[in-house]
Amino acid sequence: MNESHNFRDVAVVSVASHQTKTLSEVNEVQLMADLISKCRNSAGVTQEEIGFTCSGSSDFLAGQAFSFVHTLDSVGAFPPISESHVEMDGAFALYEAWVKLQIGEVDTALVYSYGKPSAGSIIDVLATQLDPYYVSPLWPDCFSLAALQARLLLDKGLISLEKMAEISKRSQKNGFDNPNAVRSSKDVSIENLMNEPTIVDPLRVSDISEITDGGCAVILATGDKAKSLCERPAWIKGIDHRVDSHTLGVRDLTRSSSAFLAAEKAGGNIDRLDVAEIHGMTSAQELILEKEFCLTEETQINPSGGCLASDTMMASGLIRISEVARRIISGQADRGLAHATSGPCLQQNLVCVLEGE
Amino acid sequence: MTDPNSPPASLSEDVKIPESISGLEPVRSVRSPIKLVYDFVPSPPVQEYLRSYSKKKILGHRSPVDGAVFVPPRGVDPRHGVLIEESVELSDRGHVGNFCVTHLPIPGRDDLDIPYVSAWIHLDGANVGFLGLVAGCENDEVHIGMRVQAVWKKEEELGNTAENILYWKPTGEPSVPVEKAGNRAWDQPNE
Repeated sequence: MNESHNFRDVAVVSVASHQTKTLSEVNEVQLMADLISKCRNSAGVTQEEIGFTCSGSSDFLAGQAFSFVHTLDSVGAFPPISESHVEMDGAFALYEAWVKLQIGEVDTALVYSYGKPSAGSIIDVLATQLDPYYVSPLWPDCFSLAALQARLLLDKGLISLEKMAEISKRSQKNGFDNPNAVRSSKDVSIENLMNEPTIVDPLRVSDISEITDGGCAVILATGDKAKSLCERPAWIKGIDHRVDSHTLGVRDLTRSSSAFLAAEKAGGNIDRLDVAEIHGMTSAQELILEKEFCLTEETQINPSGGCLASDTMMASGLIRISEVARRIISGQADRGLAHATSGPCLQQNLVCVLEGE
Repeated sequence: MTDPNSPPASLSEDVKIPESISGLEPVRSVRSPIKLVYDFVPSPPVQEYLRSYSKKKILGHRSPVDGAVFVPPRGVDPRHGVLIEESVELSDRGHVGNFCVTHLPIPGRDDLDIPYVSAWIHLDGANVGFLGLVAGCENDEVHIGMRVQAVWKKEEELGNTAENILYWKPTGEPSVPVEKAGNRAWDQPNE
């Protein structure tokens, strides 16, 4: 990002997230009331002190029109608050909040997102985001599309089944220390993973993200306000999002040029990265992203386990940002990259680069 | 730079339709039916609320912040974003906070004669209203502040549903003054 633009310094000062296989009787309002209050309490702010509130969720997922209005019950929107919503992953809600903070009228923002896919059929819900004339009527499920993408990569010799298994292994091992990880294992072996049955050729069980219910809340603050709320804020050094064509047939599915461009514009590669949290639905997608972000061995990739360990539609992207921010706030990392994706086969991508002082 | 207002060269030529389909009627619309199925599990407070209907009881939730009572209970005080644990049993009497006379039928409710009156019923002991049907009097007798009482289904027909209340009928008690009816009473203590 160009320094001459005089961007305001914005930082993540507090995060809270929860993911579980199924929330069952716990509804979105109860889940978020708990997470939002945890997030506000750890920063020591009340809702009255929050300048802007922005959320991300999906009515198609919730099966209810204007479902986000219900979830505002968990915020405490009285007296009336300044509020907005995106029908996107919470990472994109965070982008909107960042822009709002740049305008300069407010110094703090609450961002949250959530999803409860256990209530419906996520593969049907995601089919409705496709081209409504030629693709959506065929109801292709999201994992089949991702499998076609993986097949292209394999046929071109860009990845191998062993490489994919290595990604799954990394995810399950890293997830072991993460209470939100649902699929995790301390001693999983490549051999075991290679022997798993294929779900959607060439993807095996562990190559596919583990669908979970959950949510995430994040508090952003500017300059001195951030320093007063947090000992070591995770400063947003760059944030950018880019989109590829909606038409799958015109894209090179072995790449994600929008992810590459977003990382470049956000300044991902200008300095070393201690940690990267990347958002992919399959092990093959994680391999595409590692390449687009030029990640090397000096970067710890998906220390949380990533989406193969726990993937909550509408929240997974914001959780990536919260996982990087959490490590910077605690002093475990100095500089990290967080990535969020949306649409089929890594169509739309957001990259956020965070840094401690 | 190409002019964004003019179409690319490939589109500026006449579109050539293959001979084999040239006689067909052009497609003017496409239907893509969508059906999504959900399993809705009510949260514990809502389950408790629905079950209590079978015992002809209406439950509310009391805010731990200032004691305000909400009905139906949702497990949270929406003004403060605070979780609520405490249930309260409410009276099946209250007053009309606001109402509306509707002249359009509801699909699937052939039993409902139009015009009918729907109203925000403010139960005694609750700080917010909830929706109900007002009957048992002429429509033009319904007014803001009118005292009403639930008319329940027969015992043998009761289920875990708000449908147990057929409608709300006038009690004949003196009306609540308009300035104290419904949400107009928000600024006044609920004693």
